[in-house]
Amino acid sequence: MAGITLDDLAHSYLPTPRSQADYALKPMTMTWRDGGAYALLGSSGCGKTTLLNIISGLLTPSRGRVLFGDRDVTRLPTADRNIAQVFQFPVVYDTMTVRQNLAFPLRNRGVPAAQIAARVDAIARMIGMETQLDRRARGLTADAKQKISLGRGMVRQDVNAILFDEPLTVIDPHMKWELRTQLKALHREFGHTMIYVTHDQTEALTFADEVVVMSEGRVVQAGTPQSLFDRPEHTFVGYFIGSPGMNLLPARIDGAQAIVAGTSVPLDGLYAPAQGQIGIRPDAVRLAEGGPGLPFHAARIEDVGRHRIVRGQVAGQPFNVTVPEGGTIPAAPDRVILDPARVGVFVDDWRVEPQGRAA
Amino acid sequence: MDKPLNNRAWLLVLPVLLLVAFSAVIPLMTVVNYSVQDTFGNNQFFWNGLDWFREVLGSDRIRAALGRQILFSAIILAIEIPLGIFVALNMPKRGFWASLCLVLMALPLLIPWNVVGTIWQVFGRVDIGLLGRALAAMGFDYNYVNDPVDAWVTIIVMDVWHWTSLVALLCYAGLQSIPDAYYQAARIDQASRWSVFRYIELPKMSGVLLIAVLLRFMDSFMIYTEPFVLTGGGPGNATTFLSIDLVKTAIGQFDLGPAAAFSLIYFLVILLISWVFYTVMTAQKETL
Repeated sequence: MAGITLDDLAHSYLPTPRSQADYALKPMTMTWRDGGAYALLGSSGCGKTTLLNIISGLLTPSRGRVLFGDRDVTRLPTADRNIAQVFQFPVVYDTMTVRQNLAFPLRNRGVPAAQIAARVDAIARMIGMETQLDRRARGLTADAKQKISLGRGMVRQDVNAILFDEPLTVIDPHMKWELRTQLKALHREFGHTMIYVTHDQTEALTFADEVVVMSEGRVVQAGTPQSLFDRPEHTFVGYFIGSPGMNLLPARIDGAQAIVAGTSVPLDGLYAPAQGQIGIRPDAVRLAEGGPGLPFHAARIEDVGRHRIVRGQVAGQPFNVTVPEGGTIPAAPDRVILDPARVGVFVDDWRVEPQGRAA
Repeated sequence: MDKPLNNRAWLLVLPVLLLVAFSAVIPLMTVVNYSVQDTFGNNQFFWNGLDWFREVLGSDRIRAALGRQILFSAIILAIEIPLGIFVALNMPKRGFWASLCLVLMALPLLIPWNVVGTIWQVFGRVDIGLLGRALAAMGFDYNYVNDPVDAWVTIIVMDVWHWTSLVALLCYAGLQSIPDAYYQAARIDQASRWSVFRYIELPKMSGVLLIAVLLRFMDSFMIYTEPFVLTGGGPGNATTFLSIDLVKTAIGQFDLGPAAAFSLIYFLVILLISWVFYTVMTAQKETL
């Protein structure tokens, strides 16, 4: 086992990429700690799977290096990397039984039979298929097949990393939760480096110690779920993480205030004057009726159980406010008051830091 | 769930029944009719019972032809099926070369059968044919007209040249339908090339392979035109296969009764062997 380093890595599916837009994966340098549980989060087509396939060696990057520990594996074929990967759609060997399927990666590596049997039993218990071990894989349901795929991914104990490419897409919701818990348990038990690709933020945030958010082939932020939520580095992260996402309003930034459609919003620091956006989480906003604050047009209230969401508009932009259980909503809310400590300032979509404390 | 039962629904199959009757059943019945009658000309027929069937089944000539036919089909399948799979596995998967290969592979299939026979007839001639002259120049005593073994080899090579493409194209189609994820998973699982073939490609190809085996069996078992053009069934009776023998009986000797009985038995044999192939291979598919 070893950490994984991506060194100035980039990939284009075109033979001669001309511009940035031709790259499915823009140049990136990052390190994945040995034994870490990572999630790669981003919308469909943002390059997550490309990155995963480069790590497993199914794709050779057009540029840069992949290192396992200190070893350069960029040109190494998949088989020599000793890595496990589970795909989005189930891949089983139809003609084999469930047991043979699970044993296949071990048999290919020449593991002794007794060890294979013990390991297969352990994995079968984990995925809940002990009773079906001698059934032929053909004709099983899609989620049973995907459980076999997951099992095959986890059956080898000496792998450098286990990569999951949206593995729970075809699994039904109840099983999804259970399997994710199992994956976590497995991670704690064996300490494999795990990289989990998903476009589902709940999956990413519950699985990973560190979440890597990707957008349009670029890593926009890597950090703990909490830091992604509290301090998004990019408007995409703010918008993508959280439900509903961060409210973003175009604003003119000037010192300790931001001007949104003619109304001043106090900020928690001094910023260089610029045209940009301010972002605020829906739970850092208080609704008011008249008085100070930004003019707000409420449209509807949704009750989602733990809290209520008031959806509306500020300065023509969609704007949501969450009200905790037991909180009160004014009869006709027409102002929103933003908590200055939690207002983020973004210029050209990237977060900017204050240059000093507000007076 | 209760399904409404309405016997008038049978009327819906009437058009198909009519079509099949005129295209297959009625013509076949005329053969059945001939097979139980005898004639001395003048379009006068006499009831002859099952005598023709007894005669055909007891005929050494026809038994020998049947033996040759079975041997021929066995050799053809043993060569063309593995070769076709091998070719399909080695064809490029996409791009210009894939298209080129497909066109080249399809060419032999587009040539009329008697033209195939003629091509090889000329190709193999010792006096003017490229193959015949070349083999002679290399010191081989090759002559498909006089030597039964040479005649057999030529016919088999001709059939392999003509029909392996069909097997290859069917297998190629089967291979193309395998999603990339299977090969990727195999690489992740560190499977050997043989394992990939045995556990991914062969099972996914088994459907088209069944069709390929059936088609090649039926076609080779009924082969007529190419050997007829190439050797005319000779030397002697060495390459007289069932259909060549049948045509000799029916048109050469004008023995309509025996020819009809022969046809029916021939038909039943093909049906029987095809059924056996189908049953065995579908059962195999379950356990493969």
